[in-house]
Amino acid sequence: MVQYTRARLDASFAALSDATRRGVLEQLGRADASITDLAEKFHITLTGMKKHVGVLEQAGLVTTEKVGRVRTCKLGLRGLEEEAAWIERYRQLWDARFDELDKVVEELKRKEKVDGRKKR
Amino acid sequence: MDERRDSEPAPMKNRTTVERKSERELVVTRTFNGPARIVFEAWTKPELLKRWWAPKSTGVPLISCEADVRVGGRYRLEFGHDASKPMAFFGRYIEVTPHSRLVWTNDESDDGAVTTVTFEEKGGKTLLVLHELYPSKEALDGAIAGMEGGMPEQFEQLDELLVTLGASVGRS
Repeated sequence: MVQYTRARLDASFAALSDATRRGVLEQLGRADASITDLAEKFHITLTGMKKHVGVLEQAGLVTTEKVGRVRTCKLGLRGLEEEAAWIERYRQLWDARFDELDKVVEELKRKEKVDGRKKR
Repeated sequence: MDERRDSEPAPMKNRTTVERKSERELVVTRTFNGPARIVFEAWTKPELLKRWWAPKSTGVPLISCEADVRVGGRYRLEFGHDASKPMAFFGRYIEVTPHSRLVWTNDESDDGAVTTVTFEEKGGKTLLVLHELYPSKEALDGAIAGMEGGMPEQFEQLDELLVTLGASVGRS
């Protein structure tokens, strides 16, 4: 699977070192939520929740989008899904090439066999 | 060698895998039902290379294919629908070890990868491993984003932990 450096993991672990932030991620895993919703749910101030979401956002664990006056938070999985989709398309490209290469290999094998017989 | 195989149907198609091994590396693997010398030949003779490098399903025809496969030799592949405005891929071979190893550069940009292909023969089959090493994480992310047509900034910071986390909360 995807592997990243220690530095990146450190940033994530730092973001996850806080119980509220872990709770926020779990919450967002169930449904997207506004910062106000999250602040209410975790019984902390709006400012406090903004800070937590900021840390998660910095670590790439959460993305936020402001529509009108409401900032909605979601798990930062989109990039990963896009990478997975790209890798699958890249795999399909190589797979298609290799199917053609199979044909070339089969042909060369047949040729080699025929040439081998001629020499005998 | 194995004459009995002649009448048998074509063997099952082998699986192609692609994995992002690290921030800077992509690895493609595939097994071929033939000896390494034959698979290697198909990678190193331009007239054979051009028969498989641009399969029809990609929708972009290969206009020209030149490959001087020896250390320091250059290659150039041109694709496109309009021969006057081709999309060119070029570079040079920096290692050529017959039947076992090929290394070339991708010189279209500073972010081009170094590609290493190894051919490992076992029991008449060849395991091919194609390894692309990008100069930086940004270069590989850029290659991905470039084909994707834009990537959120957050992608830069996603990590394996998030995968685990996402998988576990996604299930609940």
